[in-house]
Amino acid sequence: MQRILSYSEAIREAIVQEMTQNPSVIVLGQGVDDPKGILGTTKGLVDKFGSERVFDTPLAEDGMTGVAIGAALAGLRPVHTHIRMDFVLLAMNQLINMAAKMRYMFGGEVSIPIVVRSIIGKSWGQGAQHSQSIYPLFMNIPGLKICAPSTPYDAKGCLIQGIRDNNPVLFIEHRLLYYQRGHVPTEGYTVPLGKARILAKGKDITLVGISQMAIECLRARQYLKEIHIDAEVIDPLSLSPLDINTILDSVVKTKMLIVIDYAWMTCGAGAEIVAQLIERNIPRDVVIKRMGFASVPCPTTSALEQHFYPDAKEIALNAYQMIFSDKKAWQPITELQAEEVEFKGPF
Amino acid sequence: MLAEKFYRSLYRIRRIEEEIARIYHTDKIKSPVHLSIGQEAISVGVCEALRPDDIVFGTYRGHATYLAKGGNLEKMIAELYGKSTGCSKGKGGSMHLIDVAKGVMGTSAIVGTTIPVSVGYSYALKYRKSNSIVVCFIGDGAVDEGAFHEGVNFAALKRLPILFVCENNHYAIHSHHVSRRNSDNICERVQTYGMQAECIDDGDIFRIYDFTNNYIKRIMMGHIAPVFLECITYRWKEHVGPNDDFHLGYRTKDEAEYWIQNDQLKKLKSLLGADISSKIESAVDLETKNAFEFAEKSDFPEVKELYTDLFKD
Ligand SMILES: Cc1ncc(C[n+]2csc(CCOP(=O)(O)OP(=O)(O)O)c2C)c(N)n1
Ligand SMILES: [Mg+2]
Repeated sequence: MQRILSYSEAIREAIVQEMTQNPSVIVLGQGVDDPKGILGTTKGLVDKFGSERVFDTPLAEDGMTGVAIGAALAGLRPVHTHIRMDFVLLAMNQLINMAAKMRYMFGGEVSIPIVVRSIIGKSWGQGAQHSQSIYPLFMNIPGLKICAPSTPYDAKGCLIQGIRDNNPVLFIEHRLLYYQRGHVPTEGYTVPLGKARILAKGKDITLVGISQMAIECLRARQYLKEIHIDAEVIDPLSLSPLDINTILDSVVKTKMLIVIDYAWMTCGAGAEIVAQLIERNIPRDVVIKRMGFASVPCPTTSALEQHFYPDAKEIALNAYQMIFSDKKAWQPITELQAEEVEFKGPF
Repeated sequence: MLAEKFYRSLYRIRRIEEEIARIYHTDKIKSPVHLSIGQEAISVGVCEALRPDDIVFGTYRGHATYLAKGGNLEKMIAELYGKSTGCSKGKGGSMHLIDVAKGVMGTSAIVGTTIPVSVGYSYALKYRKSNSIVVCFIGDGAVDEGAFHEGVNFAALKRLPILFVCENNHYAIHSHHVSRRNSDNICERVQTYGMQAECIDDGDIFRIYDFTNNYIKRIMMGHIAPVFLECITYRWKEHVGPNDDFHLGYRTKDEAEYWIQNDQLKKLKSLLGADISSKIESAVDLETKNAFEFAEKSDFPEVKELYTDLFKD
């Protein structure tokens, strides 16, 4: 029997289970103990584990990141939460100059087991400063692990892995994914950081989607079935380290690739994936495309915002045009909502 | 008369924000709104004392700041509607209001970001031997941020013409200051940087006005130095959105009661009497109606606008 949980329930369960089995795990961040509990993911934790292990913080992102790093040095496993990834920009100094560097620059004498959770997401009208998804900035930094799973199963498994990992892990959650429902086993389990997940098998084109774009790819795959295109959909899960081999195998098979960043494309995951594939001498006739945010700050008005983000229809149209070398516009007949496309396994 | 001016500005902000709250459910305003209802007297008291060339910086809870400083109303409502006629051409929304001609230099959605920016602006004013001042409106949550301390320190160091106005409503979202600070002593802390700091704890709009007015007088006499004003206040609505939120349980209705009784709008109305106040009200009501109509009728930006205004040529 499959046990179905939402993405946010899966995250909460991962935290509860890790806190239960390891008293070193603590949770801190603005609003983690408030009535809304980070969209439900930390709800009730303070009642369960007490305010020494679950606490609100001052509005001091960089400082509190340093506090988490110090606590980690002394043996705790802090999970530091940011309700929006934009606020992680204020913590860049501690994350990049300290967390990412300390083990290496001290010759392996110390380790920094922290998890930095942050939420990204398209929701209407949040505008330029509340919509950023800046994982590419961190992909540039050796010493940080980054994962952005798209399914409830992987959310739980990757988060547990992140908490048990002895290094700084950035765990990125997309708001729209919170409503995804899927199979999540009851017991604690880990999903390795560094192995991509093939969400759907296909032979005609490879679609690699970062975070919520993986779900858009599944939708695009449904649309493409109308015209008998069989797309393979891959969620890299972990962006650092990146499992290029799974993507490489798929591309060698399909000869067509679209990588869809949930970010700006320049120096993004798409850029990195394509560069690594080319360095691995993929066949010359592979056709490649990158998609991502329009190369401007996110506008607030819906009239422009709807042209800022890639979506399933645009992915499907691009796939169609690549496969048929056809610049015609094509519209799928069916209309699928993101919630209708859920990945429930097999894993 | 001062009371009349205050009432007009206060009533106008309240009326407009209530209209925003009223229509919010229609989804015509597709951006988050952080209403200042209950806190308007601070913006009004300060801005009524300012001169046209003085500059204000505000936060995402910035409707009152923008309007009190004379920001264009039609453009604000159009901005909330995401229309091309908005003050930021629809690209900003409620959290990113600006009216450069009126000295509203922009509101930011990242807590604390405008603090050093305001300080830099005031540095340039002093450098250019201008008589203008900068007012930097912030919330109590911003005091937690490093940028606050870095900015305040520099303003004190360089003796800059800047007035910091901290609207202390005790909460940052649902987080009371006791869970964020050892003690509620913002002014004391600012004083240690070598800056004058005072607290007005009763929301009295006349006191807020007088404080600002005196500050400007001192600047005009050549005594240039930064000043910090903490105003205790209370947010009536939820942190973001048009509703009440007492049901959430992080604060009580009792706590709000003093501030609802103390509403400066009501006080001014009884001071002015029904004749004067109703005249003001009907003028504002008409202006409000027109502004919303203007927003309704305006066009959305064309798709090509997505790529404009990234750089200046
Ligand atoms: C740097 C940063 N951290 C966190 C947030 C999320 N956030 C938005 S408003 C807010 C509360 C700010 O409280 P305060 O400064 O007291 O202003 P108020 O909302 O009470 O007017 C927080 C934490 C943010 N916008 N920016
Ligand atoms: Mg506050």
